Amino acid sequence: MNVADLIALLLQHSPALIVAVPLLGAFITPLISRLNDKVRNVFVILTLGLTASLVFLLASDVFTGNIHTYIFGSQDLALPVVRILFEVDAMSAFMAIISVILSLVAVIYSWSFMKENTGLDKYYTLILLMTAGMLGMELTGDLFNFFVFLEITSISSAALVAFWTNKAKSVEAGFKYIVISTIGALFILFSIALFYGQYNALNMAMIASAIQYTFLDKIALVLLIAALAMKAGVVPMHMWLPDAYGKAPSSVTLILVGATQASLYGVFRVCFTIYGGAINLTPISVGWILVILGIITMLLGVAMAIIQTDFKRLIAFGAVAEIGYILLGIGTGLVVMLNPEMTATGLAAMKGGIFHIMNDALDVGLLFLVAGAIYYATKETSLNKLGGLARNMKYTTVFFIIGLLAISGMPPMNGFASKLLIYESTYQLNPILSIIAILSSIMLLAVFVKVFHAAFLGPALPKFENVKEVPKSMLIAMGTIATIIIIFGLFPELIINNIVEPAANALVNYGDYIREVIPSFAGGV
Amino acid sequence: MIFNIPFIAVAALILIGLYAVIFKRNLIKMVIGITLIESGVNLFLITLGYREGSIAPIYTSSPGGIMALPVPQALTLTSIVIGVAVLALMLSLVIHIYRHYGTLDVRKIGGPEE
Amino acid sequence: MSGMSKIVKTISGIAFPFITIYGLYIIAHGHLTPGGGFQGGAIVASGCAMILVSYGSIWTMNRVREKNLSILESLGAVCFILLALLGLGFGTVFFNNFLVGTNSLFGVVPAVGSGLANINTGGVIPLMNFAVGLKVIVGLFGIVLVMAYASRTKEGKK
Repeated sequence: MNVADLIALLLQHSPALIVAVPLLGAFITPLISRLNDKVRNVFVILTLGLTASLVFLLASDVFTGNIHTYIFGSQDLALPVVRILFEVDAMSAFMAIISVILSLVAVIYSWSFMKENTGLDKYYTLILLMTAGMLGMELTGDLFNFFVFLEITSISSAALVAFWTNKAKSVEAGFKYIVISTIGALFILFSIALFYGQYNALNMAMIASAIQYTFLDKIALVLLIAALAMKAGVVPMHMWLPDAYGKAPSSVTLILVGATQASLYGVFRVCFTIYGGAINLTPISVGWILVILGIITMLLGVAMAIIQTDFKRLIAFGAVAEIGYILLGIGTGLVVMLNPEMTATGLAAMKGGIFHIMNDALDVGLLFLVAGAIYYATKETSLNKLGGLARNMKYTTVFFIIGLLAISGMPPMNGFASKLLIYESTYQLNPILSIIAILSSIMLLAVFVKVFHAAFLGPALPKFENVKEVPKSMLIAMGTIATIIIIFGLFPELIINNIVEPAANALVNYGDYIREVIPSFAGGV
Repeated sequence: MIFNIPFIAVAALILIGLYAVIFKRNLIKMVIGITLIESGVNLFLITLGYREGSIAPIYTSSPGGIMALPVPQALTLTSIVIGVAVLALMLSLVIHIYRHYGTLDVRKIGGPEE
Repeated sequence: MSGMSKIVKTISGIAFPFITIYGLYIIAHGHLTPGGGFQGGAIVASGCAMILVSYGSIWTMNRVREKNLSILESLGAVCFILLALLGLGFGTVFFNNFLVGTNSLFGVVPAVGSGLANINTGGVIPLMNFAVGLKVIVGLFGIVLVMAYASRTKEGKK
């Protein structure tokens, strides 16, 4: 067998392998960690590296316009669809890239960051399980399967949030997170049951092709959006997020960002694919709900960030605000999706929103890693007690400046590229929306400049005299994200044309997604 | 009417569970509330798959009469398994919270940042 | 948690083998009757939990290493995924039931009808049930054991 055949074979089986490799790795990790700690760390990084290369292989093919389906247990798809099905379109591949990058960086970061802790074999097992769960959520084409992966993600992430069990606040945050996400997931299961009772199907494409928009479907839509938005930390259901983000180890927070975005992906998949036609009937309602939620999320996130004194909690509220931008962009796209005069605007808004998913993950992730680095060096997270760190931690300071500029949407960072698209397109819909969005960005800049001043500038404090720069693995992790941020900021067109646009098109042309499974389906734009 | 009783039970279980989660102040009672919601959802799934007078779906072809739908049963089993994992995690977190604060009352848990 | 009275210890010692056999039967017949790896595993684990309650967590902790439990649990999960991967290797796709129709271990295709079931059917499904059963037995028992042990230290502090 030559190399080309092997790659074709890997490509064909990659949707299953992307989930199977981290899952297998997760359960081999406890066995390997009996040998040696270093061997275990290398093994986990290699596992995630293999997963990442599979994701990139799959994505490179999907972004050319193919939709991959993978049927578990059999090669042919018997109708009605009873088998579990993975369906990967450009949007799924886009989200999978984000998740796998975040996990890989988090594991590299953990090498030094978590070195002092015990029970690390369980830590790495949970991280791999969580990665498998997120990737499964993003690749699956089956609603019940989506629920199962959602639960895998929430259980492992709640356990990781409470990983520092000697801290009362961490355990409390973990408990809050598991209660919230379990109730959310149970309501998702309830709405899945509503679908199953009506259409006798669990496959997303099957349901989407058969959906009748009955009263029960509307209840299911409300439950699905509410539960998934709760898991994504949308205001007014964000109360768990600052606790969980703030109290988890920083490397875990990075993956948690990925997990919330996987839930956000669920919202979009439900709105665009499953209810694609329902939005036809009532052209504005769901889109406007997302836009209004986005605006509230943005304003409240920024407003709460201003008054925080804890470093990580402040960034967490910044992360809440960033989710508002994503919702604003994609909601605008949903509002104008069926208005022929504004299709270009809608697509631009969608591109902005989707590009901002990736930028949000990178910017917020980088800031959390910097906060973790500061905690590692000083054992301090309160902004009132920090100061003058720029003298001793030069690289970390540079990374923080990059993150600060990126999150507040300043050129030449990546946040500027996506936020500009969102401003321009929402201005066409309603100028007030874009004014609010720009205002929140400015406030974000103000907040983070304040943080920069409080933590890095100012007189050298005597208690931080012996603070040293953090170890290499943490610098490598932060440097990787910072490099990606700068590259995306310098060449946004490259990313938008090659990755973001196929993803936006995949959401808008939901008919293609359905036709891949049900060839006779006639609807869709 | 008699056939609606399972659905009424589903609604009652979910509402009682939500009540316990929202209004009860004891963490263990909140956990019980979540398991009640879960039982309600599981009962809903299993009711959807039931056909009157049907037999268990364990034959390759039915010996006469209709068989109940196996898919909702499989879904329910999966959901129960997940529920066990969630319950174990929640209870172990409750044990840790009790160790830190010495109480299970949500009003006494928390306090200033350490 | 200390042990209970001699009567409880003796009775649970007598009942334990029966519970275990019943649980293993549920696991082994998972592809024929309602039941399977999780249900049977839960039964065996509850038998182990009964021993734990009657003899006390310290007694049990001295005999069962928690580390060994977690290794067995990992082995169960690894076996499950490897069986699924073998479906990719020997068969066609992930989770493919490559044993069916081979007339080897569990490879017989059952006759259509409602007659007595043949245990030598099901392909990889019984094997997966065994893997899940192993994982559930040690997993659930480990959870109960650790929780009992954790609450013991709490009482000791008081």
